[in-house]
Amino acid sequence: MDDQRLEEIIGQLLRAGVLLAAAVVLAGGVLYLVQHPAGRIDYTTFVAGPESLRTLTGIVKLAAGLDSRGLIQLGLVLLIATPVARVVMAVVGFALEHDRMYVVVSLIVLGVLLFSLMHAT
Amino acid sequence: MSALEFTVVVWVLSALAGFLGALTGLGGGVVVVPALTLALGVDIKYAIGASLVSVIATSSGAAAAYVKEGYSNIRIGMLLEIATTIGAVVGAYLAGVTSTHIIAIIFGLALLQAGYQSLFKGSSDAERHIESDRLCKFFRLGGDYPVDGRRQEYGVRNVPAGFGMMFGAGALSGLLGIGSGAVKVIAMDQAMKIPFKVSTTTSNFMIGVTAAASAGVYLSRGYIHPPVAMPVMLGVLTGAFLGTKVLVRARVKTLKLVFGVVILALAIEMIVNGATGRI
Repeated sequence: MDDQRLEEIIGQLLRAGVLLAAAVVLAGGVLYLVQHPAGRIDYTTFVAGPESLRTLTGIVKLAAGLDSRGLIQLGLVLLIATPVARVVMAVVGFALEHDRMYVVVSLIVLGVLLFSLMHAT
Repeated sequence: MSALEFTVVVWVLSALAGFLGALTGLGGGVVVVPALTLALGVDIKYAIGASLVSVIATSSGAAAAYVKEGYSNIRIGMLLEIATTIGAVVGAYLAGVTSTHIIAIIFGLALLQAGYQSLFKGSSDAERHIESDRLCKFFRLGGDYPVDGRRQEYGVRNVPAGFGMMFGAGALSGLLGIGSGAVKVIAMDQAMKIPFKVSTTTSNFMIGVTAAASAGVYLSRGYIHPPVAMPVMLGVLTGAFLGTKVLVRARVKTLKLVFGVVILALAIEMIVNGATGRI
Protein backbone atom coordinates (compact mmCIF):
# COMPACT_ATOMS: atom_id res chain seq x y z
CA MET A 1 0.00 0.00 0.00
CA ASP A 2 1.51 3.33 -1.02
CA ASP A 3 0.98 6.90 0.14
CA GLN A 4 -1.60 7.68 -2.52
CA ARG A 5 -3.74 4.62 -1.76
CA LEU A 6 -3.55 5.33 1.98
CA GLU A 7 -4.67 8.91 1.37
CA GLU A 8 -7.59 7.71 -0.71
CA ILE A 9 -8.79 5.33 2.01
CA ILE A 10 -8.50 8.10 4.59
CA GLY A 11 -10.52 10.39 2.34
CA GLN A 12 -13.28 7.81 2.00
CA LEU A 13 -13.36 7.21 5.75
CA LEU A 14 -13.71 10.95 6.33
CA ARG A 15 -16.59 11.18 3.92
CA ALA A 16 -18.29 8.22 5.64
CA GLY A 17 -17.82 10.01 8.96
CA VAL A 18 -19.51 13.14 7.60
CA LEU A 19 -22.44 11.12 6.29
CA LEU A 20 -22.88 9.39 9.64
CA ALA A 21 -22.73 12.72 11.45
CA ALA A 22 -25.24 14.21 9.01
CA ALA A 23 -27.61 11.27 9.53
CA VAL A 24 -27.53 11.79 13.30
CA VAL A 25 -28.03 15.56 12.92
CA LEU A 26 -30.91 14.95 10.52
CA ALA A 27 -32.57 12.49 12.92
CA GLY A 28 -32.22 14.99 15.74
CA GLY A 29 -33.45 17.79 13.50
CA VAL A 30 -36.58 15.94 12.47
CA LEU A 31 -37.29 15.05 16.09
CA TYR A 32 -36.74 18.68 17.10
CA LEU A 33 -39.16 20.03 14.51
CA VAL A 34 -41.78 17.41 15.32
CA GLN A 35 -41.60 18.50 18.94
CA HIS A 36 -41.43 22.28 18.37
CA PRO A 37 -42.89 23.17 14.95
CA ALA A 38 -44.64 26.38 15.92
CA GLY A 39 -42.47 27.45 18.83
CA ARG A 40 -41.37 31.06 18.48
CA ILE A 41 -37.60 31.31 18.21
CA ASP A 42 -35.38 34.24 19.03
CA TYR A 43 -31.69 34.09 18.33
CA THR A 44 -31.08 37.82 18.32
CA THR A 45 -29.25 37.82 21.63
CA PHE A 46 -26.62 35.29 22.53
CA VAL A 47 -27.22 33.26 25.66
CA ALA A 48 -25.05 30.26 26.47
CA GLY A 49 -27.24 27.19 26.42
CA PRO A 50 -27.63 24.63 29.20
CA GLU A 51 -24.41 23.03 30.37
CA SER A 52 -25.62 19.62 29.27
CA LEU A 53 -25.42 20.78 25.66
CA ARG A 54 -21.94 22.21 26.09
CA THR A 55 -20.10 19.24 27.57
CA LEU A 56 -19.34 15.91 25.92
CA THR A 57 -20.76 13.79 28.78
CA GLY A 58 -23.89 15.93 28.88
CA ILE A 59 -24.40 15.61 25.14
CA VAL A 60 -24.04 11.83 25.15
CA LYS A 61 -26.52 11.54 28.07
CA LEU A 62 -29.09 13.72 26.32
CA ALA A 63 -28.68 11.90 23.02
CA ALA A 64 -29.03 8.52 24.70
CA GLY A 65 -32.30 9.79 26.17
CA LEU A 66 -33.39 10.82 22.63
CA ASP A 67 -33.47 14.51 23.50
CA SER A 68 -33.66 16.18 20.07
CA ARG A 69 -31.13 18.95 20.77
CA GLY A 70 -28.77 16.45 22.40
CA LEU A 71 -29.03 14.23 19.35
CA ILE A 72 -28.24 17.13 17.02
CA GLN A 73 -25.31 18.10 19.19
CA LEU A 74 -24.04 14.51 19.16
CA GLY A 75 -24.05 14.53 15.37
CA LEU A 76 -22.11 17.82 15.41
CA VAL A 77 -19.57 16.33 17.82
CA LEU A 78 -19.15 13.35 15.46
CA LEU A 79 -18.54 15.82 12.67
CA ILE A 80 -15.90 17.67 14.68
CA ALA A 81 -14.27 14.30 15.35
CA THR A 82 -13.60 13.68 11.62
CA PRO A 83 -10.63 16.07 11.21
CA VAL A 84 -9.30 14.88 14.58
CA ALA A 85 -9.46 11.31 13.26
CA ARG A 86 -7.68 12.57 10.16
CA VAL A 87 -4.74 13.75 12.28
CA VAL A 88 -4.68 10.49 14.25
CA MET A 89 -4.49 8.58 10.97
CA ALA A 90 -1.64 10.80 9.88
CA VAL A 91 0.27 9.95 13.08
CA VAL A 92 -0.21 6.26 12.33
CA GLY A 93 0.75 6.74 8.69
CA PHE A 94 3.97 8.56 9.58
CA ALA A 95 4.78 5.93 12.22
CA LEU A 96 4.39 3.18 9.61
CA GLU A 97 6.83 5.08 7.40
CA HIS A 98 9.23 5.38 10.35
CA ASP A 99 9.13 9.18 9.94
CA ARG A 100 9.81 10.17 13.53
CA MET A 101 9.95 13.90 12.82
CA TYR A 102 6.44 13.97 11.43
CA VAL A 103 5.06 11.64 14.07
CA VAL A 104 6.11 14.37 16.50
CA VAL A 105 4.76 17.16 14.27
CA SER A 106 1.34 15.54 13.94
CA LEU A 107 1.27 14.64 17.65
CA ILE A 108 1.75 18.33 18.44
CA VAL A 109 -1.22 19.20 16.21
CA LEU A 110 -3.25 16.45 17.88
CA GLY A 111 -2.26 17.90 21.25
CA VAL A 112 -3.63 21.33 20.32
CA LEU A 113 -6.87 19.73 19.08
CA LEU A 114 -7.29 17.74 22.30
CA PHE A 115 -6.55 20.85 24.37
CA SER A 116 -9.39 22.59 22.58
CA LEU A 117 -11.75 19.66 23.05
CA MET A 118 -10.92 19.51 26.76
CA HIS A 119 -12.85 22.74 27.20
CA ALA A 120 -15.99 20.72 26.53
CA THR A 121 -15.47 18.35 29.44
CA MET B 1 -40.94 33.24 13.09
CA SER B 2 -41.50 29.62 14.02
CA ALA B 3 -38.80 27.01 14.42
CA LEU B 4 -39.93 25.30 11.23
CA GLU B 5 -39.86 28.52 9.19
CA PHE B 6 -36.44 29.41 10.55
CA THR B 7 -35.09 25.94 9.76
CA VAL B 8 -36.35 26.02 6.18
CA VAL B 9 -35.08 29.53 5.46
CA VAL B 10 -31.66 28.80 6.93
CA TRP B 11 -31.45 25.49 5.08
CA VAL B 12 -32.11 27.21 1.76
CA LEU B 13 -29.63 30.04 2.42
CA SER B 14 -26.99 27.55 3.52
CA ALA B 15 -27.61 25.35 0.50
CA LEU B 16 -26.98 28.38 -1.69
CA ALA B 17 -23.75 29.06 0.18
CA GLY B 18 -22.65 25.45 -0.16
CA PHE B 19 -23.56 25.38 -3.84
CA LEU B 20 -21.58 28.52 -4.63
CA GLY B 21 -18.71 27.28 -2.49
CA ALA B 22 -18.51 23.96 -4.30
CA LEU B 23 -18.61 25.59 -7.74
CA THR B 24 -16.12 28.39 -7.12
CA GLY B 25 -13.88 26.58 -4.67
CA LEU B 26 -14.30 29.57 -2.38
CA GLY B 27 -15.61 29.37 1.18
CA GLY B 28 -19.29 28.71 1.71
CA GLY B 29 -18.71 29.77 5.29
CA VAL B 30 -18.16 33.43 4.47
CA VAL B 31 -21.72 33.67 3.14
CA VAL B 32 -23.36 31.84 6.06
CA VAL B 33 -22.44 34.36 8.77
CA PRO B 34 -23.67 37.50 6.94
CA ALA B 35 -26.80 35.64 5.81
CA LEU B 36 -27.68 34.70 9.38
CA THR B 37 -26.78 38.02 11.00
CA LEU B 38 -28.00 40.45 8.34
CA ALA B 39 -31.05 38.67 6.97
CA LEU B 40 -32.28 36.92 10.11
CA GLY B 41 -30.90 39.02 12.94
CA VAL B 42 -29.17 36.05 14.53
CA ASP B 43 -26.54 36.99 17.11
CA ILE B 44 -23.07 36.71 15.59
CA LYS B 45 -21.92 34.16 18.18
CA TYR B 46 -24.56 31.65 17.09
CA ALA B 47 -23.69 32.46 13.47
CA ILE B 48 -19.98 31.83 13.78
CA GLY B 49 -20.67 28.58 15.63
CA ALA B 50 -22.92 27.35 12.85
CA SER B 51 -20.49 28.53 10.20
CA LEU B 52 -17.59 26.70 11.80
CA VAL B 53 -19.60 23.48 11.73
CA SER B 54 -20.35 23.95 8.03
CA VAL B 55 -16.65 24.54 7.31
CA ILE B 56 -15.79 21.16 8.84
CA ALA B 57 -18.64 19.50 6.97
CA THR B 58 -17.51 20.69 3.55
CA SER B 59 -13.84 20.09 4.29
CA SER B 60 -14.26 16.49 5.44
CA GLY B 61 -17.00 15.84 2.91
CA ALA B 62 -14.78 16.84 0.03
CA ALA B 63 -11.72 15.03 1.39
CA ALA B 64 -12.20 11.99 -0.81
CA ALA B 65 -12.33 14.13 -3.93
CA TYR B 66 -9.23 16.28 -3.64
CA VAL B 67 -6.89 13.50 -2.56
CA LYS B 68 -7.31 11.67 -5.85
CA GLU B 69 -5.00 13.64 -8.07
CA GLY B 70 -1.94 13.56 -5.82
CA TYR B 71 -1.52 17.32 -5.44
CA SER B 72 -1.77 17.99 -1.71
CA ASN B 73 1.34 17.76 0.45
CA ILE B 74 0.57 16.36 3.88
CA ARG B 75 3.92 17.28 5.42
CA ILE B 76 3.54 20.94 4.51
CA GLY B 77 -0.03 20.81 5.77
CA MET B 78 0.83 19.16 9.09
CA LEU B 79 3.83 21.34 9.87
CA LEU B 80 1.90 24.53 9.15
CA GLU B 81 -1.09 23.22 11.10
CA ILE B 82 0.96 23.63 14.28
CA ALA B 83 0.75 27.38 13.70
CA THR B 84 -2.82 27.37 12.41
CA THR B 85 -4.32 25.34 15.24
CA ILE B 86 -2.60 27.41 17.94
CA GLY B 87 -3.85 30.54 16.14
CA ALA B 88 -7.35 29.06 16.02
CA VAL B 89 -7.47 28.48 19.78
CA VAL B 90 -6.23 32.04 20.37
CA GLY B 91 -8.86 33.33 17.93
CA ALA B 92 -11.59 31.37 19.68
CA TYR B 93 -10.55 32.90 23.02
CA LEU B 94 -10.62 36.34 21.41
CA ALA B 95 -14.16 35.71 20.17
CA GLY B 96 -15.16 35.43 23.81
CA VAL B 97 -13.80 38.82 24.78
CA THR B 98 -14.43 40.83 21.62
CA SER B 99 -17.66 42.74 21.19
CA THR B 100 -19.97 41.60 18.42
CA HIS B 101 -19.63 45.01 16.72
CA ILE B 102 -15.88 44.55 16.38
CA ILE B 103 -16.27 40.96 15.20
CA ALA B 104 -18.73 42.17 12.54
CA ILE B 105 -16.31 44.83 11.32
CA ILE B 106 -13.34 42.45 11.23
CA PHE B 107 -15.56 39.99 9.39
CA GLY B 108 -16.40 42.68 6.85
CA LEU B 109 -12.72 43.41 6.31
CA ALA B 110 -11.97 39.71 5.82
CA LEU B 111 -14.79 39.60 3.26
CA LEU B 112 -13.32 42.60 1.46
CA GLN B 113 -10.06 40.69 1.13
CA ALA B 114 -11.83 37.57 -0.10
CA GLY B 115 -13.90 39.58 -2.58
CA TYR B 116 -10.82 41.33 -3.89
CA GLN B 117 -9.14 37.93 -4.34
CA SER B 118 -12.13 36.61 -6.19
CA LEU B 119 -12.45 39.57 -8.53
CA PHE B 120 -8.91 40.57 -9.26
CA LYS B 121 -6.51 37.78 -8.60
CA GLY B 122 -6.21 34.87 -10.93
CA SER B 123 -4.03 31.88 -10.18
CA SER B 124 -0.34 32.35 -10.78
CA ASP B 125 0.24 30.10 -13.76
CA ALA B 126 3.99 30.30 -13.72
CA GLU B 127 5.52 26.97 -12.83
CA ARG B 128 7.87 26.96 -9.94
CA HIS B 129 11.17 25.13 -10.26
CA ILE B 130 12.85 26.53 -7.20
CA GLU B 131 15.00 24.70 -4.72
CA SER B 132 14.07 24.37 -1.06
CA ASP B 133 15.97 26.52 1.42
CA ARG B 134 17.80 24.85 4.30
CA LEU B 135 14.97 24.89 6.82
CA CYS B 136 12.59 23.44 4.25
CA LYS B 137 15.12 20.75 3.37
CA PHE B 138 15.40 19.92 7.07
CA PHE B 139 11.63 19.51 7.28
CA ARG B 140 11.53 17.70 3.93
CA LEU B 141 8.74 19.91 2.63
CA GLY B 142 9.48 19.59 -1.07
CA GLY B 143 7.56 17.19 -3.26
CA ASP B 144 6.26 16.62 -6.72
CA TYR B 145 2.94 17.15 -8.46
CA PRO B 146 1.38 16.19 -11.80
CA VAL B 147 2.09 18.55 -14.71
CA ASP B 148 1.19 17.49 -18.24
CA GLY B 149 1.13 13.82 -17.36
CA ARG B 150 4.47 13.71 -15.53
CA ARG B 151 5.54 14.47 -11.95
CA GLN B 152 7.19 17.90 -11.56
CA GLU B 153 9.37 18.39 -8.51
CA TYR B 154 9.17 21.56 -6.44
CA GLY B 155 10.97 23.12 -3.51
CA VAL B 156 9.64 25.28 -0.69
CA ARG B 157 10.90 28.47 1.02
CA ASN B 158 10.26 30.75 3.98
CA VAL B 159 8.85 28.52 6.70
CA PRO B 160 8.95 31.33 9.34
CA ALA B 161 6.92 33.69 7.16
CA GLY B 162 4.51 30.86 6.31
CA PHE B 163 4.19 30.02 10.00
CA GLY B 164 3.36 33.61 10.89
CA MET B 165 0.70 33.91 8.20
CA MET B 166 -0.77 30.55 9.17
CA PHE B 167 -1.06 31.71 12.77
CA GLY B 168 -2.98 34.73 11.47
CA ALA B 169 -5.18 32.54 9.29
CA GLY B 170 -5.93 30.34 12.30
CA ALA B 171 -6.75 33.33 14.50
CA LEU B 172 -9.19 34.65 11.88
CA SER B 173 -10.74 31.21 11.65
CA GLY B 174 -11.20 31.04 15.42
CA LEU B 175 -12.54 34.57 15.69
CA LEU B 176 -14.91 34.51 12.71
CA GLY B 177 -15.87 30.86 12.31
CA ILE B 178 -14.51 30.71 8.76
CA GLY B 179 -12.08 28.40 7.02
CA SER B 180 -9.51 31.07 6.09
CA GLY B 181 -8.68 29.08 2.96
CA ALA B 182 -7.85 32.25 1.04
CA VAL B 183 -5.20 33.36 3.56
CA LYS B 184 -3.70 29.88 3.65
CA VAL B 185 -3.41 29.76 -0.13
CA ILE B 186 -1.76 33.20 -0.22
CA ALA B 187 0.72 32.15 2.46
CA MET B 188 1.69 29.00 0.59
CA ASP B 189 1.55 30.37 -2.95
CA GLN B 190 3.10 33.82 -2.41
CA ALA B 191 5.30 33.51 0.68
CA MET B 192 6.46 29.92 0.47
CA LYS B 193 6.57 29.66 -3.33
CA ILE B 194 4.57 26.45 -3.42
CA PRO B 195 2.86 25.62 -6.76
CA PHE B 196 -0.68 26.99 -6.82
CA LYS B 197 -2.55 23.69 -7.23
CA VAL B 198 -0.56 22.16 -4.37
CA SER B 199 -1.39 25.21 -2.23
CA THR B 200 -5.12 25.04 -2.88
CA THR B 201 -5.45 21.29 -2.30
CA THR B 202 -3.27 21.37 0.82
CA SER B 203 -5.32 24.31 2.09
CA ASN B 204 -8.51 22.26 1.63
CA PHE B 205 -7.07 19.56 3.87
CA MET B 206 -5.92 22.09 6.47
CA ILE B 207 -9.20 23.98 6.74
CA GLY B 208 -11.06 21.18 8.55
CA VAL B 209 -8.27 20.65 11.08
CA THR B 210 -8.05 24.38 11.81
CA ALA B 211 -11.80 24.62 12.33
CA ALA B 212 -11.75 21.62 14.67
CA ALA B 213 -9.19 23.45 16.79
CA SER B 214 -11.69 26.20 17.62
CA ALA B 215 -14.63 23.82 17.81
CA GLY B 216 -13.94 22.59 21.33
CA VAL B 217 -13.83 26.13 22.66
CA TYR B 218 -16.97 27.10 20.68
CA LEU B 219 -18.82 24.04 21.94
CA SER B 220 -18.00 24.75 25.57
CA ARG B 221 -19.13 28.38 25.24
CA GLY B 222 -22.43 27.51 23.57
CA TYR B 223 -21.72 29.15 20.20
CA ILE B 224 -22.66 25.86 18.52
CA HIS B 225 -26.41 25.95 19.12
CA PRO B 226 -28.33 22.92 17.80
CA PRO B 227 -31.39 24.65 16.29
CA VAL B 228 -29.13 27.05 14.34
CA ALA B 229 -26.25 24.73 13.47
CA MET B 230 -28.51 21.91 12.31
CA PRO B 231 -30.06 23.56 9.22
CA VAL B 232 -26.74 25.23 8.37
CA MET B 233 -24.79 21.96 8.37
CA LEU B 234 -27.43 20.05 6.45
CA GLY B 235 -28.07 22.91 4.03
CA VAL B 236 -24.40 23.45 3.19
CA LEU B 237 -23.89 19.73 2.61
CA THR B 238 -26.94 19.60 0.35
CA GLY B 239 -25.76 22.61 -1.63
CA ALA B 240 -22.19 21.39 -1.92
CA PHE B 241 -23.36 17.97 -3.09
CA LEU B 242 -25.58 19.57 -5.74
CA GLY B 243 -22.76 21.88 -6.73
CA THR B 244 -20.40 19.03 -7.51
CA LYS B 245 -23.05 17.45 -9.73
CA VAL B 246 -23.57 20.55 -11.83
CA LEU B 247 -21.08 20.81 -14.62
CA VAL B 248 -20.63 24.50 -15.24
CA ARG B 249 -16.86 24.30 -15.61
CA ALA B 250 -16.78 26.83 -18.40
CA ARG B 251 -18.65 29.43 -16.39
CA VAL B 252 -16.47 29.35 -13.25
CA LYS B 253 -14.97 32.73 -14.18
CA THR B 254 -18.41 34.34 -14.33
CA LEU B 255 -19.32 32.69 -11.04
CA LYS B 256 -16.20 34.08 -9.40
CA LEU B 257 -17.18 37.50 -10.69
CA VAL B 258 -20.71 37.23 -9.28
CA PHE B 259 -19.37 35.74 -6.06
CA GLY B 260 -16.86 38.59 -5.75
CA VAL B 261 -19.51 41.26 -6.20
CA VAL B 262 -21.89 39.60 -3.70
CA ILE B 263 -19.07 39.24 -1.18
CA LEU B 264 -18.10 42.89 -1.53
CA ALA B 265 -21.70 43.95 -0.98
CA LEU B 266 -21.93 41.73 2.11
CA ALA B 267 -18.60 43.11 3.32
CA ILE B 268 -19.86 46.68 3.22
CA GLU B 269 -23.11 45.70 4.94
CA MET B 270 -21.24 43.93 7.74
CA ILE B 271 -18.88 46.85 8.31
CA VAL B 272 -21.67 49.42 8.26
CA ASN B 273 -23.94 47.39 10.53
CA GLY B 274 -21.09 46.65 12.91
CA ALA B 275 -20.03 50.30 13.02
CA THR B 276 -23.55 51.60 13.63
CA GLY B 277 -24.14 48.99 16.31
CA ARG B 278 -26.89 47.16 14.50
CA ILE B 279 -25.06 43.84 14.72
